[in-house]
Amino acid sequence: MAGITLFSKTKELEAQTNEFCDKVAEGVLAFKLGVNRYLDGDFSAFDEKKQQVSALESRGDELRREIQRRLYLETLIPESRADVLELLENTDKILNACESAMWQFAIEKPVIANEFVSDFNSLIEAVVESVDALVMALRAFFRGSEAATDHMHKVIFYESEADTVSHRLMTAMFASDLELGHKNQLRHFVLHIDQIADTAEDVADHLAIFALKRAI
Amino acid sequence: MEVAVIIFLSSGLFLGWSLGANDAANVFGTAVGTRMVRFSTAAFVCSAFVLLGAVLSGAGASHTLGKLGAINALAGSFMAAFSAAVTVYIMTRAGLPVSTSQAIVGAIIGWNLFSGFPTDTASLIKIVGTWIACPLLAGVLGVFLFKVTTVLVRWARFHIYRLDAYTRLGLIIAGAFGSYSLGANNIANVMGVFVSANPFTTFNVGDLFAFTGIQQLFLLGAIAIGVGVYTYSKKVMLTVGGGLFPLSPAGAWVVVVAHSIVLFMFASQGLEHALANAGLPTIPLVPVSSSQAVVGAVIGIGLLKGGRGIKWRVLANIASGWVTTPLVACLVCFVALFFLQNVFNQQVYRDASYVLSQPVVERLEADGIEVKALVRLKDKRFDTVRGFREALREHVVDLSEKAESKILSRAQISPVLIDNSKIWRLDNTSLTKGQVSAMWPLVGRKFDHLWMLDDALAGASEEWRSRPPTTVNKLFNRHLQGQRREVYGVFQIELSRPE
Repeated sequence: MAGITLFSKTKELEAQTNEFCDKVAEGVLAFKLGVNRYLDGDFSAFDEKKQQVSALESRGDELRREIQRRLYLETLIPESRADVLELLENTDKILNACESAMWQFAIEKPVIANEFVSDFNSLIEAVVESVDALVMALRAFFRGSEAATDHMHKVIFYESEADTVSHRLMTAMFASDLELGHKNQLRHFVLHIDQIADTAEDVADHLAIFALKRAI
Repeated sequence: MEVAVIIFLSSGLFLGWSLGANDAANVFGTAVGTRMVRFSTAAFVCSAFVLLGAVLSGAGASHTLGKLGAINALAGSFMAAFSAAVTVYIMTRAGLPVSTSQAIVGAIIGWNLFSGFPTDTASLIKIVGTWIACPLLAGVLGVFLFKVTTVLVRWARFHIYRLDAYTRLGLIIAGAFGSYSLGANNIANVMGVFVSANPFTTFNVGDLFAFTGIQQLFLLGAIAIGVGVYTYSKKVMLTVGGGLFPLSPAGAWVVVVAHSIVLFMFASQGLEHALANAGLPTIPLVPVSSSQAVVGAVIGIGLLKGGRGIKWRVLANIASGWVTTPLVACLVCFVALFFLQNVFNQQVYRDASYVLSQPVVERLEADGIEVKALVRLKDKRFDTVRGFREALREHVVDLSEKAESKILSRAQISPVLIDNSKIWRLDNTSLTKGQVSAMWPLVGRKFDHLWMLDDALAGASEEWRSRPPTTVNKLFNRHLQGQRREVYGVFQIELSRPE
């Protein structure tokens, strides 16, 4: 009987962790679509996506807290509990960053000239790819699969891609005829979006160490 | 039961308590230390399975200890167990590795030296050989299991939580098995010395089963181990789990399983029987050290991982323990027996009387012993084992240990009278109906030597006949010997001894 309860609890926790990963993946996708709509000038669609990202962020927080509570309360995975909680917390920061970027777009309503739109889209594409790879690496890590390493390489690749695009974008912006205040505002947005890929890379770096520790 | 009996048994209980406090940590230490299993769960599972192992399969290993030296007076048993416990205590305090198995063997040899009874060298060699084999075997098993587990875990790709749940369950199951093996193998250390002077008698629960005196003795020892587990092992478990070696929970599981299998192999009569039936060589049933099995398995895994971080000093310490522990226990026991006998006037051994009468000499000749040299000792009575052995050595040149042991067992005077008024007591033994009815024609007869009774019984019924001494028959013969001992217990009469 105790065994059955143990395994049903485990299954539930497994499902919650999977859902958390889903929410992160969905969150960056909704973020991407939202910013795409903003750049297209479709503000009502942007608003809808902003709501969606907020909801996903809240659910992500909820799941993270619930997993955290259960891991401590039921003293599960004592050896790797701290590692797993750190991973979830840092991954959750990605959702927070997406949400806060969306709010900044909504509040500041930055004007983005057409010449920068394509690079903005490329930057967001690279960020989404890096987070996607991270989510896959996380799932592989939880399953004890060696594929985690392959996905981590992808995270690093897309993060550096995001850096390249953001540097290019900022160079172009500061070389343009825009007002200095406008340039500064746009730089702030570029850095904020690029920061999401940086966070993904940080998590991947930690994950690499935890994966080594997990090998029995 | 007399108060004295309880007092004498107390040293065995003390030894049991220390075994529970220390050795239980080997079984559940890593699990509790890494917080994979709660202490309360570990303590319950451990106590319950130690008890089962001790009562159901504890007899095998104790038989070997009995062969090494059959301590025949309660005060002697008390002192042997007490010396072993004191040795374990002293050496633990000195920070030296120690095992109850080695201490008790040393104490038994100490008793043999004090009483003059011979030490069975074959048994001693078997026991010491097993001590060396035990950590080696655990190491090899540990490496094998670790390899298999690594491959399986990689292949199965369990989710981290599920792997955790499986590991917990695995640790509890392996711990239960380990506790059972510990009980079966090490109860001999705790209560083995009391077997020959056992104060309990068999009682039958209906027709269902007979609860033998030895099982009652082992039950008592197992309860002492359980008390040790509950009262003191938590501290040791946390030390073992935290400080022994950086092992992952799955690695810890491998160590517990390897340890348990090794202890089980050296304790299971069932396994011995199965091996014998398959025509394979059997494994001697000997109490081994559970700590050394654990260290063996951990070092095996350490070597597999490249050998870094292994403390080779630990290995050297183990090897030194094989020598120092028995020596210290032997010395402590010898000195303590001297005091118990001469200062406290306790009978620490029952001396035996011997006579090489005509039937004894004839029987020895039939056994294939050269009797010519014995003629000069014929019909002369010896009232101490020491005196008889000295006389034998004086008169027989090149007396082999085997021949000496045969002569001692044939010549020992242990009068048995099959008394009509006592025969009802056989109902409370493990004897079959056929065996009891075979005794009726012997009523009124007196036998000077136990072998005479054995021969008479064998003549009376097929059920009393030993089978040829092959490994397959070992278990049957051992059981039959136990039944004969029950008969001796009922009908033995006081030996008239000179003042």
